[in-house]
Amino acid sequence: MRDAFANDLTAIGAENEKVVLLSGDIGNRMFDRFKEAAPGRFLNCGVAEANMIGLAAGLAMQGLRPVAYTITPFITMRCLEQIRVDLCYHDLPVILIGVGSGLGYAELGATHHSLEDIACLRALPNMIVTAPADPMEVRAVFRAALKADHPVYMRIGKKGEPNVHQDVPDLELGKGITVRKGTGVCLLSTGVVLPVVLEAADLLVKRGIQPTVVSMPTIKPLDTGLIGSLLPDHPVVATIEEHGLAGGFGSAVGEWWIDSGVTGNRLIRFGSSDSFLTYSKTVPKARAHFGITAEAIADRTANALGDRSAA
Amino acid sequence: MSATASASPSAGPLGAGPLDLTVDEMEATARRVRGRIIQMSHGAGAHHLGSCLSCVDILITLYWRALRIDPASPEAPDRDRLILSKGHAAAALYAVLSARGFFEDAVLDTYNGDGSKLMEHPTPGLAGVEAATGSLGHGLPISLGLALGARIKGKDTRVFTVMSDGECNEGSNWEAAMMAPAQSLSNLTAVVDFNKWQATGRSREVLALDPLVDKWRAFGWAAEEIDGHDMAALSQHLAAKAGDDRPRVFIAHTIKGRGVSFMEDDNNWHYRLPKAEDVEAAERELGLR
Repeated sequence: MRDAFANDLTAIGAENEKVVLLSGDIGNRMFDRFKEAAPGRFLNCGVAEANMIGLAAGLAMQGLRPVAYTITPFITMRCLEQIRVDLCYHDLPVILIGVGSGLGYAELGATHHSLEDIACLRALPNMIVTAPADPMEVRAVFRAALKADHPVYMRIGKKGEPNVHQDVPDLELGKGITVRKGTGVCLLSTGVVLPVVLEAADLLVKRGIQPTVVSMPTIKPLDTGLIGSLLPDHPVVATIEEHGLAGGFGSAVGEWWIDSGVTGNRLIRFGSSDSFLTYSKTVPKARAHFGITAEAIADRTANALGDRSAA
Repeated sequence: MSATASASPSAGPLGAGPLDLTVDEMEATARRVRGRIIQMSHGAGAHHLGSCLSCVDILITLYWRALRIDPASPEAPDRDRLILSKGHAAAALYAVLSARGFFEDAVLDTYNGDGSKLMEHPTPGLAGVEAATGSLGHGLPISLGLALGARIKGKDTRVFTVMSDGECNEGSNWEAAMMAPAQSLSNLTAVVDFNKWQATGRSREVLALDPLVDKWRAFGWAAEEIDGHDMAALSQHLAAKAGDDRPRVFIAHTIKGRGVSFMEDDNNWHYRLPKAEDVEAAERELGLR
């Protein structure tokens, strides 16, 4: 995923002289080609994220298109107030890329996990919050973000995430992508957890349920039009994210759900609980620790649908 | 009466000023600006009067002698930039911007009023305000980006930041202080309004601020101490471009509450509001009555 980003950035940066890449002292070799393609437009800002965000604001005020990149907790929560004031208050077109989001760096310890970043950035006025699912969505979201007139946060995985889409999807910020069309159960997925959700969909098919699967690369603004249109045919709606249940994608859907007075449908949220993961685990086991598995998703949604059918 | 018409000040409204003021005329403008700030604080019930009065001479010198700007064209892409990082001195910035011709003097009367763009800390979208500040430690990193952006775009633009000594508490400044020399940003100049106070104590005592000029030198800046109320010296230093490839910082020794004897170096005026009789006494001292 990060390689897809680096390759796309190099191609775009070579042509678009406004693009300036800021790195928080990571990914140095990864950006060698960008440095060649865009001389003078790569800045290693060191391990100094507060300054990096202010600097990005200054570049944007000069009409440039800065793209700031480092590990997710450090480019979001470390410098949250800089993001709020320098980027959001001024409504500047700066792109923030967080790498290894969610549990992507599960083995590195909770300092490197990011299960609160969506909650934090979603609360900031003017900020667009995105979480592409695969390398193809990364390309699509990044291209759309470069055309946005607002700050954009893109939370991406690390390395080796499989392609779900065959091609770069035709994507507009704020719109979901229907991956699979069914009925009964609707699985709304954001970010790199999409393959797990598709696996859950296969398990549901084995149980006689043909679920709809939607990838939601944009969390804010939320594609409420799409979700609303799915409610009549889907008594059970689930949100799945590699992020805390407090304030994340599921919360965003839940807020809209309450505000629009949805009744008759059931909403089930999958995400991490109110705790730090303090034991070393692989990514799949870290997800399982928080109940984010294909089996759990299939079980809980099928049971909810069964309950409703029985009622 | 125009702010520039005479060296003898009056309490009348401020007008637009040209760039060719003598030092005497700039000092007269400074007295009028100080009087206006005190009126604004009184009228609006807005704090930070002492912090405003300490940086008036620095701001006037920058706006009249250093910055290449056109108040009629505040968004001109190639303009020089000034960020008031000590955003709590917004009233000083507003009064100086108005005196320099960015907006009418009457606009100052809306300060802190319902629906006004003149909030107690600078807001985006007001002519002449380059960045919203008020949260400390933001101006220098943004200025660094402006200076780098100018270089990337091949512009011969200068960028100035006016910050407070108390603000030097913020770690983000020292992140920026390490990066600016690494990028050889000689188009960046910081001015520290060293009035020796922060909100609740002596800035030398709250945190270990001294030796301030040596700290900046150690970080790789061309650092000099100057008298922040000597407009002739300020003009000479701030108008001149850098002599080498280092960013520059001036540690400007100032007096909090400068210009009004009963406010000078009295930190109560960080939060105290002037009563009508205080305004009158101050105007008398400033020669405005």
